[in-house]
Amino acid sequence: MRVTEVLPNEMAKVTLDGVSKIISTALIDDVAVGDYIVLHVGYALAKIDPEEAERTLEMLASAGVA
Amino acid sequence: MKYVDEYRDGKIARTLAAAIAAEVSPSLEYHFMEFCGGHTHAISRYGLEDLLPPNVHMIHGPGCPVCVLPIGRIDTAITLSRRPEVTLCTYGDLMRVPGSKGSSLMKAKAEGADIRMVYSTLDAVRIAEAEPHREVVFFAIGFETTTPPTALAIRFAREKGLGNFTIFCNHVLTPAAVQNILDSPDVKLLGTVKIDGFVGPAHVSTVIGAKPFRVFAKEFKKPVVVAGFEPLDVMQAILMLVRQVNQGRHEVENQYIRAVTELGNAKAQALVAEMFEVVVSFEWRGLGDVPDSALRLRAAYESFDAEKRFGLVSHPAKDNPACECGAILRGVKRPRDCKLFGAVCTPDNPMGSCMVSSEGACAAHWTYGRFREKNARVEAAA
Amino acid sequence: MNAPKSYRRKLDLANGRVDLSHGAGGRAMAQLIEDIFHRAFDNDWLRAGNDQSAFDVAAGRMVMTTDGYVVSPLFFPGGDIGSLAVHGTINDIAMAGATPLYLSASFIIEEGFPLGDLDRIARSMGEASRAAGVPVITGDTKVVERGKADGVFISTAGVGRVPPGLNFASDAARPGDVVLISGSIGDHGVAVMSKRENLAFDTEILSDSAALHGVVAAMVAAGGASIRVLRDPTRGGLAATLNELANQSDVGFQIDEEAIPLKPQVAAACEFLGLDPLNVANEGKLVAIVAPDAADVVLAAMRAHPLGLESARIGVVVEDPHHFVEMRTSFGGGRIVDWLSGEQLPRIC
Repeated sequence: MRVTEVLPNEMAKVTLDGVSKIISTALIDDVAVGDYIVLHVGYALAKIDPEEAERTLEMLASAGVA
Repeated sequence: MKYVDEYRDGKIARTLAAAIAAEVSPSLEYHFMEFCGGHTHAISRYGLEDLLPPNVHMIHGPGCPVCVLPIGRIDTAITLSRRPEVTLCTYGDLMRVPGSKGSSLMKAKAEGADIRMVYSTLDAVRIAEAEPHREVVFFAIGFETTTPPTALAIRFAREKGLGNFTIFCNHVLTPAAVQNILDSPDVKLLGTVKIDGFVGPAHVSTVIGAKPFRVFAKEFKKPVVVAGFEPLDVMQAILMLVRQVNQGRHEVENQYIRAVTELGNAKAQALVAEMFEVVVSFEWRGLGDVPDSALRLRAAYESFDAEKRFGLVSHPAKDNPACECGAILRGVKRPRDCKLFGAVCTPDNPMGSCMVSSEGACAAHWTYGRFREKNARVEAAA
Repeated sequence: MNAPKSYRRKLDLANGRVDLSHGAGGRAMAQLIEDIFHRAFDNDWLRAGNDQSAFDVAAGRMVMTTDGYVVSPLFFPGGDIGSLAVHGTINDIAMAGATPLYLSASFIIEEGFPLGDLDRIARSMGEASRAAGVPVITGDTKVVERGKADGVFISTAGVGRVPPGLNFASDAARPGDVVLISGSIGDHGVAVMSKRENLAFDTEILSDSAALHGVVAAMVAAGGASIRVLRDPTRGGLAATLNELANQSDVGFQIDEEAIPLKPQVAAACEFLGLDPLNVANEGKLVAIVAPDAADVVLAAMRAHPLGLESARIGVVVEDPHHFVEMRTSFGGGRIVDWLSGEQLPRIC
């Protein structure tokens, strides 16, 4: 889920495929528009690190090789 | 980039399946336990076991917080909800969990109790704010993932000066459950349950980090791979576990590097530590009394504790004697070993919580396992 | 000389509310019926003001259906309880391959319900009815005390005529038959849920509520003799429909997950809410079980119709005494699509 708007009181709007929901970011710090988060029961638990995400995808894609 | 679909790519799944098939040693049997509801769900929803070689076995551990809640606590919640001034807020999963004598929150609601399903603890606080004449109680369950949301709800309630919001606390701790299983006679002495490695929980690890699992790797010499909850994450983790077993390693590896760090979410942990303390002993369905495995509110937050406010007493209640949820939660038995499975116990008429919760082993087997019994496995793509 | 008409105050659609006198059978009720319902449905049957309406019946087989509409909220993206009632009733008739002829509509209204909303609903029904070419020829109005009916409940009945030679039956599916669907799943349920207060998410998804008798007529023309059964997957979604048919026909299904049309927004909304789109209601889609040799022509007829543009072949009927609905996932693994015991989404239609 991508943060599309930072709202007051530690809330944010997150969007996935055109569907948006307002959730709480009180459990994480420094939330900015464009951040990707892990969502659970209405709260962001962690930010997804884009570099590590890329690395994971590369590892997955090359799984059968070498 | 959505960071959702990319981890569900069917083609990559088949490549990973081929890699696992290529790396397993034909003379070994691999038993991996997962104890994360998200993993149980991903495995059954995507039919992952069909992609694994026959000598890799996935065991469902006690990762479903609904499943490990003892009947006595459901009974207490039902009793509480019958008080005319109480509005009981709960996550949807709990509504149909059977209590004693065939009761459930859903049935109590039909009988007139004010029970409301909420998606988030914030909703419960909002209800308390909007209805000051009601005593709003949030039925708090879950592992380390859901505890911070409960803590936040209490903080919000405190900030808003709400005197009508309390929680019925049933939060439990993951490492304690794993320790309990590893210490159990079934695993340690009798070898009834063979575990060669663990798939570490997804959401829980974002909160507690990978560090708490190092003790299991070291003390019990079992590899742990913390995995994301998307199906490709689980498959990659299985591949990493196979490699560890083959190489005789027992380390903690982190597959979920994009969201899990070594130390986890310090902010969330601090919030929980401020409000909660560990309880000396707590009864888990299937595991019995497990030391240092659950939380309760600290004295400073007593006014938010429903058990104190309403003088609640929980009586241990017995499961249906033929219900094997307990053994299934420990990995000792499989759903099809339970006499009630598919006969009296179905999703329509659940006898135990393993069948009710979407993350329960019996529910997963109902949806997925029965299919596998009937069909041959899919060949992994070359 | 005509007697002067006594003064009758116009209904205050802007601020007025339904009260108990509107259901009492007296002048107030007559005015409500005339000013709102007769105006919205605009036909001679209703204007005649009888307790019943007459029509001639052609020779042949008739079908009749009845439905209740309790959807909450009453107004949702893509429709409202009124248009839903018209479409849903027409669809039940159409699933028999029948031509829908007439509808009835009975309203149970809660005291205090805004007249403006009632008018909006009635107009919406009128428009839906005219667009479909199926008139509402008789109706009833009742008002109950505040608190006893959550706004308004609508109950309908419909009649239609089955073309000769057609005999769709729920027990007619045979191993080897092909399963077709007329478009994407889950749209209606997501649209309605997005307006539920306690869920609150934003989406542009519209309910797919639509009258399907046109696309059914096209399918019947293309291969009516080869169609075993039609069913619209409303409450309980595609999963419920397939499980029902499996049980009724004593068969199983093998479905291909990748083939099922699904809008990304619907998938995302279900993701957010922890729901499986297979269990989410549809109000403008149909499932067809067709003999294998006619599957292609029937599918082509569906795709040629505006309401069936995304029609797809999603699976086959197999022999299975367990009546499993098996699905091959996008991973190539398998799972069973189960029939949920309870309602995940109350008041969805």
